[in-house]
Amino acid sequence: MRLAGFYVFAAVVALLPVLFPTNYFVTVVGASAGLHVILAVGLNLLMGYAGQISLGHAAFFGMGAYASAILTTRFGWYSLLALATGLLVAGTVAWLLARPILRLRGHYLAMATLGFGIIVHVVMVQATRWTGGPDGLAGVPPLNLLGWAVEGDLPWYGVIMAAMLLTVWLSLNLVDSQVGRALRAVHGSEFAAQMMGIDIGRAKTQVFVVSALFATFAGSLFAHQQAFVSPDSFNLIVSVELVTMVVLGGMASTFGAACGAIALTLLNEWLVVFEDYEMLIHGALLMVVMIFLPQGLFVGLSQGARRLWAMVPRKP
Amino acid sequence: MLEQFLQFLVTGVTVGSLYALVGLGFALIYNASDVVNFAQGEFVMLGAMTAIALLGAGLPLPLAAIAATLAAILVGLLLERFAIEPAQGASVVTTIIITIGAAIFLRGVALLLWGKDFHALPSFSGDAPIRLGGATVLPQSLWVLGVTVLLVGLVRAFFNRTLLGKALLACSFNRAAAQLVGINVRVMLRLAYGLSAGLGAIAGILIAPITFSSYEAGVMLGLKGFSAAIVGGIGNPMGAVAGGVLLGLLEALGAGLISSGYKDAIAFLFVLMVLFFEPTGLFGHKAAERV
Repeated sequence: MRLAGFYVFAAVVALLPVLFPTNYFVTVVGASAGLHVILAVGLNLLMGYAGQISLGHAAFFGMGAYASAILTTRFGWYSLLALATGLLVAGTVAWLLARPILRLRGHYLAMATLGFGIIVHVVMVQATRWTGGPDGLAGVPPLNLLGWAVEGDLPWYGVIMAAMLLTVWLSLNLVDSQVGRALRAVHGSEFAAQMMGIDIGRAKTQVFVVSALFATFAGSLFAHQQAFVSPDSFNLIVSVELVTMVVLGGMASTFGAACGAIALTLLNEWLVVFEDYEMLIHGALLMVVMIFLPQGLFVGLSQGARRLWAMVPRKP
Repeated sequence: MLEQFLQFLVTGVTVGSLYALVGLGFALIYNASDVVNFAQGEFVMLGAMTAIALLGAGLPLPLAAIAATLAAILVGLLLERFAIEPAQGASVVTTIIITIGAAIFLRGVALLLWGKDFHALPSFSGDAPIRLGGATVLPQSLWVLGVTVLLVGLVRAFFNRTLLGKALLACSFNRAAAQLVGINVRVMLRLAYGLSAGLGAIAGILIAPITFSSYEAGVMLGLKGFSAAIVGGIGNPMGAVAGGVLLGLLEALGAGLISSGYKDAIAFLFVLMVLFFEPTGLFGHKAAERV
C-alpha cells in the first residue's frame, strides 16, 4: 500500500509508449523528462528531506557525463565500466566535499555549492585536452548493456524510464528508512536531532553522496543518449533549473520532485515556440509560482484539493 | 616583473571596486530584508545598457548616466514591491528562487529591448593611457576608483551620520524592535532596494567603457558581488567592500600569473576556502544559533 503511488506511476510510464509509440512528446521529451526526474528526485533528498540547498548540482550531472564520454571515446572502455568509474569518482568527490560544505547554512551554503558548480564548469571548458573544451566531445558510443547497444528513441525511452523508476523506488524506500527519518529530524532542528543521538555530519554526508550519485548516474545515461557532451549542458543555469524542479513540484515529496521535473521539461519544450520571449516568460513564471505557491505545484494543488474535499458536505 | 605585478594590481583594484559596489548592494538588501538578491547583477547590466541606449538616442553622457541610474532605481523599487513584499516570511530557498526568477525576467526584458549584441559606452575622458610607475592606467579606471571611493564614503556617512541611515541600520539589527520605535520598516525596505539598485547601475555605467555590455553581462558580475559580500561576512557593508577589492586583486593576479582561462575558478576556489575555514566570512560576526 505504501508504494501504491509508485505502481500507478510505473504503469503510466509503461503504457505511454504502447499507446503513442511515435509521439515526439512521449519518446523524446519523455526520455529527457525521465533524466530530469532522476536528477530532481536525487536533489530532493538533499533539499527537501535534509533541508540543504545545492546550487551546483549540475556539476555532478556533468561529472557523470564527462566520465562516460571521456572513458568510452578516448580510452575505448566498456560503457558500464565507465559508468561505474564515474559513480566512484563523483561519489568520492561528494564524500570529500560533504563535511566542510554541509557545515555551512543558508546563503553561505548556497554560495559554496554555487562556487563548486562554477569551478567544475570552468574545468570542463578549460581542460581542452581531456574534455574537448567549449566545443565538447562528440561521437560518444551507444550504451552497451551486456552486448545490447541501446540506439533509437524507443529503446532509450525504455532504458531511461527503467533507470528513473529504479531511482524513484530507491528514493521512496530511503525516505522511509532510518536514514530518512534521521534526515527529517535534522531538517526540523539540527539541535534536537543531535540530542536524540543522530550523527548529523554522517547523516548529511550520506544524503549528499546519494544525491550526487543520482545526478552522476543521470549524467552517464545523458552522455550516451545524446552521443555528445558539452559544458553548456552543465552550467549554472542547469543547476538553477534543477533546484526549480524540486521547488516547483514541492519539496520533501518524491512525487512532487518528479512532477516538477516533468512540468519544467514540458514547459521548456513549449516555450521554445516563443523564441526571444522564452526567457521573459520563464522568469515571470518562476516568480509567480514561488510567490503564490511557495510549497510548490504538487503540494500546493494537492492541499487545495484536500481542502475542497473537506468542504464537500457529507451525511452525518 | 615588478612592472607586470603593478599592472595586475591596477587591473585588480579596478575590477575589485566594481565587485565592491555590487557586494555593497547585496549587503544593503540582505541587511534590510534577509534576502540575497540574485538580481543584483541585472541592475548593473540595466544601468549600463540603459545608459548606452539613451546615449544612442542623443542624450549627453552625464544626463544619460543619471537617467539610467534612476531607471534602475525604479526597477529596484518595483522588484521590492511586486516580488519581495508579497513573499514576506518565505524560506531562504523560496526567496533565492524568486530573485533568480526576477534576474531571468530582467535578462529577458533586456534581450527583447537590445538584442544579443554587445554594446559599449565611450570613455568618460578619453582613452589616452596614463603611465604610472611601470604600469599603464586607463583614465576610465581612475573614474571607477574615484567614484567607488566616493560612493563607499557616502554610504558610510549615510549609515553613521543621518537619521535615515541609522533607521535602516536599526531594521537590520531587529525588524520588530525597529517597528516598535516607530520606524516605517516597509519604507526602509524600499529604500534599501532603491539604494542598492542605484549602486549597481552606477557600477555598470562605470565599467561599460572598459568591458562591453550585453543582456547577459550581469550574471558573472552579480555572482562576484555575492562572493564579495560572502567573503566579507554577509550583512557587513564595509566587509563586502573589502571582500570585493580582495577578490578583484586575487582574480587579476591569478589571471596574470597562472591562467586567464581559470580566473573565475580561482576566484571561487578562494571563496570556498574562506567558507571552509571561516564559515561566516573574513569580517563577519560569529552568530550563535537560536534553538
